[in-house]
Formats: sequence, C-alpha cells, structure tokens
Amino acid sequence: MAHNLRGSSAIVGVGLAGCGEAHGKMPLDILAEATHNALDDAGLKLSDIDGLFTGSSYHFMPTLSTAEYLGIKPRFSDGSMVGGSSFVAHTLNAAMALKTGLCDVALICYGSNQRTAGGKLATMSEQQIYEAPYKPRYPISSYALAAARHMYQYGTTREQLADIAVAARQWAQLNPAAFARKDLTREDVLNSRMISDPLSLLDCCLVTDGGGAVIMVSSERAKDFPNKPVYLLGTGAAHWHRQITQMPDLTVTAAKESGERAFKMAGVTQNDIDVVEVYDAFTINTLLFLEDLGFCAKGEGGPFVSNGNIAPGGSLPVNTNGGGLSCVHPGMYGIFILIEAIQQLRGDCGARQVNNAEVALVHGNGGVLSSQVTSIFGTEEVL
Amino acid sequence: MTKHSDQTNKSGPDMIYRSFLDRQIFALPKCTKCNQFHFFPRVVCPHCGEFELEWLAVSGKGQVYSTTTIRRKPERGGPYNVCLITLEEGPRMMSRIEGIDAESVKIGDKVTACINNDSEESFVVFTPTKEAN
Repeated sequence: MAHNLRGSSAIVGVGLAGCGEAHGKMPLDILAEATHNALDDAGLKLSDIDGLFTGSSYHFMPTLSTAEYLGIKPRFSDGSMVGGSSFVAHTLNAAMALKTGLCDVALICYGSNQRTAGGKLATMSEQQIYEAPYKPRYPISSYALAAARHMYQYGTTREQLADIAVAARQWAQLNPAAFARKDLTREDVLNSRMISDPLSLLDCCLVTDGGGAVIMVSSERAKDFPNKPVYLLGTGAAHWHRQITQMPDLTVTAAKESGERAFKMAGVTQNDIDVVEVYDAFTINTLLFLEDLGFCAKGEGGPFVSNGNIAPGGSLPVNTNGGGLSCVHPGMYGIFILIEAIQQLRGDCGARQVNNAEVALVHGNGGVLSSQVTSIFGTEEVL
Repeated sequence: MTKHSDQTNKSGPDMIYRSFLDRQIFALPKCTKCNQFHFFPRVVCPHCGEFELEWLAVSGKGQVYSTTTIRRKPERGGPYNVCLITLEEGPRMMSRIEGIDAESVKIGDKVTACINNDSEESFVVFTPTKEAN
C-alpha cells in the first residue's frame, strides 16, 4: 500500500529573488521578494499563508523573525535547522502539517545577502572543540578529506571532479539566470588556485546573494491554482554525524539511507527519475550523492561523471540550473534545488528544459556531508 | 596499556580528557560493556549505549585515514596539514602530522601520537612512525 503522504501535497508556486547580487538588501528583504514572486506565481496573497517553514544563518529564531517581517501570523511554524538541507527537510514537515490540517498554505522560504555582505559565510554554528586546534577551514577541509579518501579508495581523479564543474557550467550556459556562464574547461578547473587539497577554487560553489520561496498545499486543492501542480511523491532524511571526524566512512554518506526512504515512499526507482538536482557545494558532493542515491555503483562515480552522462545531452540530467557551482549559492542552497526541480516538471525551463520530465529527485546536504535529505516530485501523470 | 583510576569522576568527560593531557597522558573513555573506545569523550558509549565507562591510556599508534593540505599564504605561515587519524584502538580524530612537509602526508601512513604543549591548551598531534629494525 502506498504511504499516506505519497502525493498528498503539491507545490503550486515558486519564486526567486536577488540571485547573484542584491546590493543594499538584507537577508529578509530578499526572502520577502522571493515570497512575493512565489505568491504571484500561485495567485495567492501573504494573508493566505498559515504555515511557515524557514531556516537562516542570520536569525537565531528564523520563523519568528520571518513571520514578523512578513506581517503574518502562522498557525504552524517549523524552523528545523539542518544546514543547507533544511529546505528540502521542510517539504516533509510541510507535507505532514498539510495532511493533518495544521496548516492549509505552507510557505518554505530563504534569503541571504552573503555576496554583497562581504562574501564570508555567515554562521551561528558552535565551534567544534576537538577540531579547532588543527584549524581546518570550514566547510571546505571536511569535503577535501572526503574527496581525498574517495580518490585513495577508488582511484577517483581531480580530472573527474573537474568534469563535474564543467557539466554544471554547460547547464548554466543554458540558464540566463545563472551567475557564472563563461566557458569553462577541465584545465581551467585543474589550474585554479588550490585551497584545501584536492579541492581547488573551481571545485567550490559560488558565493552569491539570493532567495527562494515555495508554496505548498494539500493535493485536494492543488488544481485550484494557475500552474500545473507538482506533487511530492516521497521524501526521506538521514544523518549519521555532525563533525567530519565522526562520519563512519568518508566515502559513503547518509544519502544512501535518505534516498532509500524517499524512493520507497515514492514507489519509484532510479530508472524512473528524469532529472536530478543535488546539493553541489563542492564537486565531490555530486559524485558522492550520485553513488549513494544509486545512480551508479559505489566507487564508479568518477567514470560516471566523466563521460558526459550528467552534462546537457547526457543520459542523466543533473543540476540543470547550473547548480551551486555555476548558478547560485547564497550560503545555503537547498531551496534552489527544489525550485529548479519544480520548474523542470512544469516545463518552464526554456533552453535547459529536460524533455518530458515527469519525475525529479532533489537531494539536500547540510553541515559537512552530515544531514542528507531526499525528496522526489512528480507530475499528475505519475501520481 | 595502563589503567588509570578516574580521580576526577565528578568532572565531565571533556575536563577529564584535558586533565589527562595536562599530565601528558593521552587517555580515552572505554566502555565497560562492549569494550570499545570512543572519541570525542562522552558520558555514554556511542557504540552500545552503556553509561559505565572507564578511562585508559591509549597506545598513541594510528594511521592516516585522510589528509588535506590547507594552502595558507606564505605571509600567513604557509601551507599546513589537517588529517584524520584512525587510532589503533578504533576511534578516529582530527589532527595534524608534524615533522614532515604538509604535502608529504599520505593516507595509510603509520603515525605516533605526541602531546603538543605549545599553546595554553594541550592537544594531540602525530609524527611519522619510525620503522622498527
């Protein structure tokens, strides 16, 4: 029997704002503009929102600050903070709240001015006291340690990681809204400044501003809105550690478990997925998640990403907006993979549109490969 | 392996760990039920959930599980190593290898712990293990 959350809710509005540079704006200004765009898209107004889901690196109590700014009084709020994956995690919590009648119109939203505020990653994170004496750079050193271990165990190469950045750039070149669109070659990535071996500058995501918002409602009323609804088919979360020292095996993320949960709830397999949006804070993320989500075998991520499979025209469209590597990455990226997946399933993506996209997988990452959350969406045809 | 009676059992595990380091002893909590060590120190065994723990000095032998060189600019002190060490007793910890160039550290290298007392709080670093004759 299908899980009772499968297909029970749908996304009926999405909005972006301030992606790239939003000079003179604060994080909540950008969040509010994205919300305005999502409400316009859904044909709703602010006062219709009675469920609020948000996360922030700027506001200690993000649901309170966000509701106060927007002038709304939600019946249900959730500020669960699992880093960049929070917004994907919110889709599960919103689905539960909608299903149980705790709210009728859920807003999932985020905004950040990371780039124009100086480029430094905002964080309210506590110091990791058993790592601090060694001065790792956060978060890159943790990802570098995972990449180095994957290379050691499976013979993965810097060239293969570079090809992930190149594929992301090729998608970005099809997306007029992407931030980085100049030609990029494997050699450009390999020759970029080394930061924390084996990851160099172009193995890292962008630092941009940006905000995003998503409106989610119960499936029963999903057709009352102007856009083709996109249904949440399945979702799952998993986390096995907080600090990189506690990750049991640096080559296997908890995406293995979150993915299995999401696939099970959705009742689909990897073969059914038309488009994949994974959280690519670094090139190694894409490789690890494609393996752990079952799109290729463990250890075969390198060859898989290197033969054009994930670039435009390849067998598996991955990060079709250009990803965090080339499209947008304002501190936390999770909301943007959701939005790109919804737009693909609505058929709104222009030159980068994946033909006949009916099922999309979104995978969020938070912390240092710590929080893993997978959500699978589908059109009415696959309900 | 030397067993140490825990004179400071009214302290939390972080204080106990640091008090051992202050005495130049690298000791970790070991579970009295499943007999496994863990790091970072806690009041509960993360392997089996047991709360009865004892503190034991560890061998200080370990192996590099992964490593990265952080390319700090020369004027700020130059590149330095950050690595993960798997201790002979099982737990994994972050550390650095001293005594060789940051870039020479390789996964699989055998290393030996020593206590760095250069700053206010002592901490564990490693040096390459010299092969026995």
